[in-house]
Amino acid sequence: MIGSLDARIPSGPIEENWDIHRFEMKLVAPHNKRKFHVLIVGSGLAGASAAATLGELGYQVTLVTFHDSPRRAHSIAAQGGINAAKNYKNDGDSVYRLFYDTVKGGDYRSREANVYRLAEVSVDIIDQCTAQGVPFAREYGGLLDNRSFGGAQVSRTFYARGQTGQQLLLGAYQALERQVRLGTVKVLNRVEMLDLVLKDGRAVGIVCRDLLRGSVFSLSGHAVVLATGGYANAFFLSTNAMNSNVTAAWRAHRRGALFANPCFTQIHPTCIPAGDEFQSKLTLMSESLRNDGRIWVPKNFGDERPPAQIPPEDRDYFLERRYPAYGNLVPRDVASRAAKREVDAGRGVGPLKNGVYLDFADAIARLGRHAIEERYSNLFQMYERITGEDPYEMPMRIYPAVHYTMGGLWVDYNLMSNVPGLYVLGEANFSDHGANRLGASALMQGLADGYFVLPYTIGDYLAGLLGTQPVPTNDAVFAETERAVDAQVRQLLSVNGSRSVDWFHRELGKILWDNCGMERSAETLSKALAEIPPLREEFHNDVRVLGDDESMNQSLERAGRVSDFLEFSELMCRDALHREESCGGHFRTEHQTEEGEALRDDEHFSYVAAWEFNGVGAEPTLHQEPLQFDNVKLAQRSYK
Amino acid sequence: MPELTTEDQRAGADAASILEKDTGAPIVAPPRKRPWIVEFYGSGVGKKWVMAVTGIILLGYVLAHMIGNLKVYLGPEEINRYGDWLRTLGEPAAPRTVVLWLMRTTLIVAFVLHIHSAYSLTRMNQRARPVKYQGPRDYVAANYASRTMRWTGVIIGLFVIFHLMDLTWGAGGAKFHRGDPYQNMLRSFERVPVAVVYVIANLALALHIYHGAWSMFQSLGWNNPRFNAWRRYFATAFAVIIAIGNVSFPVMVQAAVIH
Amino acid sequence: MHLQLRVWRQSGPRAEGRFETYDMPDVVPDMSFLEMFDVLNERLLEEGKEPIAFDHDCREGICGSCSMMINGRAHGPERGTATCQLHLRKFRNGDKIVVEPWRAGAFPLIKDLSVDRSALDRIVAAGGYISAPTGSAPDANLILVPKPVADAAMDAAACIQCGACVAACPNSAAQLFTAAKVMHLNLLPQGQPERWERVTNMVDEMERFFGSCTMHGECEAACPKDISIDFIALMNRDYVKAKFKNRQLESQRG
Ligand SMILES: Cc1cc2nc3c(=O)[nH]c(=O)nc-3n(C[C@H](O)[C@H](O)[C@H](O)COP(=O)(O)OP(=O)(O)OC[C@H]3O[C@@H](n4cnc5c(N)ncnc54)[C@H](O)[C@@H]3O)c2cc1C
Ligand code: HEM
Ligand code: HEM
Ligand code: SF4
Ligand code: F3S
Ligand code: FES
Repeated sequence: MIGSLDARIPSGPIEENWDIHRFEMKLVAPHNKRKFHVLIVGSGLAGASAAATLGELGYQVTLVTFHDSPRRAHSIAAQGGINAAKNYKNDGDSVYRLFYDTVKGGDYRSREANVYRLAEVSVDIIDQCTAQGVPFAREYGGLLDNRSFGGAQVSRTFYARGQTGQQLLLGAYQALERQVRLGTVKVLNRVEMLDLVLKDGRAVGIVCRDLLRGSVFSLSGHAVVLATGGYANAFFLSTNAMNSNVTAAWRAHRRGALFANPCFTQIHPTCIPAGDEFQSKLTLMSESLRNDGRIWVPKNFGDERPPAQIPPEDRDYFLERRYPAYGNLVPRDVASRAAKREVDAGRGVGPLKNGVYLDFADAIARLGRHAIEERYSNLFQMYERITGEDPYEMPMRIYPAVHYTMGGLWVDYNLMSNVPGLYVLGEANFSDHGANRLGASALMQGLADGYFVLPYTIGDYLAGLLGTQPVPTNDAVFAETERAVDAQVRQLLSVNGSRSVDWFHRELGKILWDNCGMERSAETLSKALAEIPPLREEFHNDVRVLGDDESMNQSLERAGRVSDFLEFSELMCRDALHREESCGGHFRTEHQTEEGEALRDDEHFSYVAAWEFNGVGAEPTLHQEPLQFDNVKLAQRSYK
Repeated sequence: MPELTTEDQRAGADAASILEKDTGAPIVAPPRKRPWIVEFYGSGVGKKWVMAVTGIILLGYVLAHMIGNLKVYLGPEEINRYGDWLRTLGEPAAPRTVVLWLMRTTLIVAFVLHIHSAYSLTRMNQRARPVKYQGPRDYVAANYASRTMRWTGVIIGLFVIFHLMDLTWGAGGAKFHRGDPYQNMLRSFERVPVAVVYVIANLALALHIYHGAWSMFQSLGWNNPRFNAWRRYFATAFAVIIAIGNVSFPVMVQAAVIH
Repeated sequence: MHLQLRVWRQSGPRAEGRFETYDMPDVVPDMSFLEMFDVLNERLLEEGKEPIAFDHDCREGICGSCSMMINGRAHGPERGTATCQLHLRKFRNGDKIVVEPWRAGAFPLIKDLSVDRSALDRIVAAGGYISAPTGSAPDANLILVPKPVADAAMDAAACIQCGACVAACPNSAAQLFTAAKVMHLNLLPQGQPERWERVTNMVDEMERFFGSCTMHGECEAACPKDISIDFIALMNRDYVKAKFKNRQLESQRG
């Protein structure tokens, strides 16, 4: 049973929280570090940076990833950029402003202390990555270049062409491989964590499946770190990589880790609209495009003219009209809902009438085609590949899609979950983005957690374990958990029903998108909650998984993940139903201002909702972590 | 998956070591240091560099040799005088034929190294793909010359042996007078099959050069946007000149232009 | 749109492999190549046959997972495109398409179209990094990088580690991949201190697994990121330099 949630936020002025805390935490002496074995799951920005740094410090690290190389983690796909309060542009940026923007952008549902620390270390991240050789964009003088991003009025976003995520991850991956060579870190590719092992309430290891040989085995360590990414794929169609999933987090949740704010999901405004029913995933067009692209729809319904021939007076630049101050750069949730309104109103463009225009004609006229190529060539190319249309010639068609999940496992200021010894980093935790994440701050958070937070905070826990040894993997707790995992694998193989895993996933996706998507209401959510359990039932009675568990079996892998989505999505809807307010990505139609903006209820819902697992389908227990705002004053977000 | 005790784990032996192959685990310690030059030649890139350098020497020889041979068009005494000049080169400083032998040695060494590296690289590449593609390949960039380097190379090698027997040692079957290359060549090329062999061999050589004289720039790392385009022109021109020059001799003899 | 697939099926590393023919009667031009495989797999499942194993993840041409030899070309007919970005509009109705896994000694086949490319990780581990332990970095703007240099490094850094260069190379050489990895760092000022160590260690590690480069240029043509073989020349130069170099004078550039 979990007592009251202690976020362990240090006392004192927010500017000094982190310094004081770092001083107060226990340290592990260098010669003792190698006596500790840390298990890290996930090789994304968070996992790879943590593994590399812990390895450098001298800990024994084993890193597990289901990818065939750490460098393939989903972070690789991030395009736009990473924020940092460097104020290189001399446009009035500061740690405090980044902190403020992030809390405001998150619609006042995040923890001030965490966000402030994030803003503080953001500066070190850029230094670190540059030193590693990340080829950030440069100006002719050889200095670093910046671009502006949604939700901010300063240019604080660092970028590397349209591949910022790839370049940052390569930096972390290379640091990681360096440790592999030095022998401090072991990397297990194509190995999936399927359960968390607890002994006396502490996380002592994980049970994994070797995806090549099918064998189930255990790893034991003094602490377990999950950096396993987000759960946007619950919606089936999302911008996430096909294999991203909630399994690791969910199985930890089943073992007692609290899941916080699962209903805070982000819909990204600029994605390529679905083309046909075979669509396997949606592709993001980086938010940075909103720097130079103008978003519009035809004023008159059913205007069939090709975009170029629609004169300005017949165009509605709805974002610029509604939000003069931020224009096309309003935060994602705002931009997404605005676009949805236009399409729902029937002004959608494209063959399926399911998009709005993102137009570069003006920018090309103003800056010349070359400048635009410089900035976005690979994005334009990507768009052209997928749609067969040339964005230099005709405007892009874009539409919102599920993109990121602010919710995640609950963690305290040290990034440790309520389960002692279980740390959660990156998108997998709920920590810093509140109800909505600003563009270019997930990369920032992932690296902050891995490079600059965990390496300090984990020592505080490990110091207490000095002299103890990891629980042997032949201990009963491991055997037990292995058996449980084995059983589940066999169960999935034994059903041999009639429907494919993907079919169930698509069904689940439809339910979530229609009822728990960009707009939710008590009615739609109850509907979803009524539909999910039967679907889950059907899954376990009628799913068909062929092949064996002695060799690579991708449908078996997916089956496990989808069965977790089926359990998890119920929690997501419950959370959405319980939160009787609109904030950030969570928009309840019952709660909106007359202009149709999100309407928060700070009096009743200014807390983190952390859910405790009580069994599949059973009502979870709600734990509340109240949020205090001593430094930013709560206000109705306005981007007008 | 065998049981693992904590002791094993502390010794670094955990399931990780069992999955070694997939892990990119610690790099095995490199073998004991050998002399740097051996190290260098031991590596593929090093061999490639040697091929390029020896290639250049061979190119130089082939060109010079062709120019020398062009003298046949100026008549017997011209070319024969050239032959003498070669033998007496460096006199009186160096005794007769010494300089020539120096040149020959360089040439032989270059040839041997060139062939040896060619051979070992070829083996290396064959080992690198034990199972070939089962469907048809569709090459986009690799041209005929680059894909036949090994064959053209072998042809050249065999040709040179025959050629030496034929025109240097006089073991080629034709009447032979040491020191009278003009007549030797004439008698040799009057025989149609021999003429044909020469033509084929030199076309093979041209093909070899067409790729080689470009590829060597890459091997040596001579890469600069300013002259990259010219590397191709150079190789093409070189190949064409050698082809025309060398092929002309047997053809002209057959056509009785030279007699 | 009607296509015919001939796909390599092999149940495991040591098993016998063969081509299976699959008829795709009604696919649409806007479908991506991998979506066609999704559809095919769904169908196989219904017929009670095991689906085709193939690697994929991002489906945006950035993670480097996807890897198919399509009609004798790594990543298929379109230049500068990963398999996952290839769309059926690039094929003609009635086409017969042969699909094979990457083939190279260093890429042991796992199943069907999926191979193990961890040898590439080894090359990176051998030296494809800059030793900059966390926290030791100076302010980012203290290191000036001329834009042309930054751009060149970025061109090399764009490599997604897909291994198409190896698959396409008649010699199974990983020269383009290694060159991209080496030169990304060797071009940058931050990379200078370890420059010569890096190139020797990475090249030597590479040659433990892969063939040698004879400048066919197939790799460049197959590379989804259009990485230029000029980088191979630069790497060769650095390698030779590194071997001849007096390491005491390493501070000397070039
Ligand atoms: C298309 C796209 C564009 C984006 N662009 C930006 C941007 O411009 N700026 C920005 O700030 N953010 C961006 N984001 C968000 C950002 O990329 C992610 O939030 C962030 O990279 C998450 O990193 P991570 O390390 O937490 O997790 P991931 O990078 O997702 O890594 C998860 C890792 O965990 C492993 N894993 C997961 N489960 C298991 C398991 N059960 N067993 C073993 N291993 C497991 C995976 O193999 C993987 O290695 C973007 C996201 C998307 C989808
Ligand atoms: C006078 C004769 C020859 C000349 C002028 C010549 C020239 C060259 C040149 C310039 C190269 C390019 C080297 C590089 O890319 O680094 C080359 C490569 C090569 N040569 Fe020769 N060569 C000759 C004879 C031979 C012989 C006799 C053989 C084999 C028996 C041979 C086999 C090869 C091979 C296999 C290559 C490798 C192809 C490549 O690496 O691109 N060559 N040659
Ligand atoms: C049709 C073209 C050629 C002609 C007419 C020709 C002619 C000759 C003649 C007449 C000699 C004897 C010189 C002497 O003994 O004084 C000779 C020697 C020689 N040729 Fe050629 N040659 C030709 C092509 C080549 C080629 C392509 C090669 C090499 C790839 C080659 C390599 C040699 C060598 C190594 C010798 C011995 C030189 C020496 O004795 O030092 N020749 N050639
Ligand atoms: S160089 Fe090109 S082809 Fe080779 S791995 Fe990198 S991206 Fe793939
Ligand atoms: S195709 Fe192969 S031979 Fe060299 S140029 Fe590319 S690696
Ligand atoms: S699936 Fe990621 S590159 Fe093709």
